[in-house]
Amino acid sequence: MRIEFFYWEECPSHPEALARLRAVLREEGLDVPVEVIRVETEAEAAARAFPGSPTIRIDGADIQAPEGTPIGLSCRVYHTDDGRVTPLPTDVMIRRAVRAARAGAAAPPAVPRDAAVPRPGEAER
Amino acid sequence: MPLAIESRVIPFALRGTDGATHRTEDYAGAPVFGVIFHCNHCPYAQAWEDRLIALQRDYAARGVRFVLINANDPVKYPADDFAHMTARAADKSYPFPYLFDETQEVARAYGATRTPEVFLFDRDGVLRYHGAPDDNYEDAGAVRHHYLRDAIDALLAGTTPPAPQTKPVGCTIKWR
Repeated sequence: MRIEFFYWEECPSHPEALARLRAVLREEGLDVPVEVIRVETEAEAAARAFPGSPTIRIDGADIQAPEGTPIGLSCRVYHTDDGRVTPLPTDVMIRRAVRAARAGAAAPPAVPRDAAVPRPGEAER
Repeated sequence: MPLAIESRVIPFALRGTDGATHRTEDYAGAPVFGVIFHCNHCPYAQAWEDRLIALQRDYAARGVRFVLINANDPVKYPADDFAHMTARAADKSYPFPYLFDETQEVARAYGATRTPEVFLFDRDGVLRYHGAPDDNYEDAGAVRHHYLRDAIDALLAGTTPPAPQTKPVGCTIKWR
């Protein structure tokens, strides 16, 4: 499994997002490296089809389909299934994508974007 | 550097999405006046937007007035151009003016760097709170410290906000 974490320094949420990703991988029993990739220029953003910071790709698939989000240096909008907008991917989004990748799915489903994949007793964050 | 606590409000005259030019003197006499740097595209601004709307509605009858100011470069961020601002203000039924700081002079004068970033003034136009709306951009239900609400309550009660300064959290303002 290849896990890439792209970020732009100007968005303050990336350390929390990276910690969240690593925690989910640990909880899922996955000992895989995370490639942490800093995106610094618009040209780099274009080359990497970077839809904003932070972006997580597992085996090349975005954990939440960016759905028309422009490519470029920006902070990324994530949508939770209860209608919230957040700058951070939730544990649930990350876990669902990890499990989909493990199951060999080509990509996580786009809708519902944040369908719950809870651990017992876990509330979405 | 951002405007320091106890500084006086810096005058401005900016075009709003309502078609009017809004001046600081239009808000003279308001017991609490909030100048909030904001924009369309930023997820932090979007995440806090409904809370700002609720706060303005909750306190409007007590004379509290907010203005939201977008200073982002619309060439770099087309979602923040005046047309998109107008659409967003209409979509969300903003209860406050949404102003365009096209030259970015107001943002620079205030020393604003993020969206959202709150500057809250008392009846005399003295800065009494600067920072974030609250302590949780992700989840309104998980907020533990309601910085802006507490500051408004304090000013309406004639006291000093319990936390006059917090760290603004959000997207950087997109300079030309």
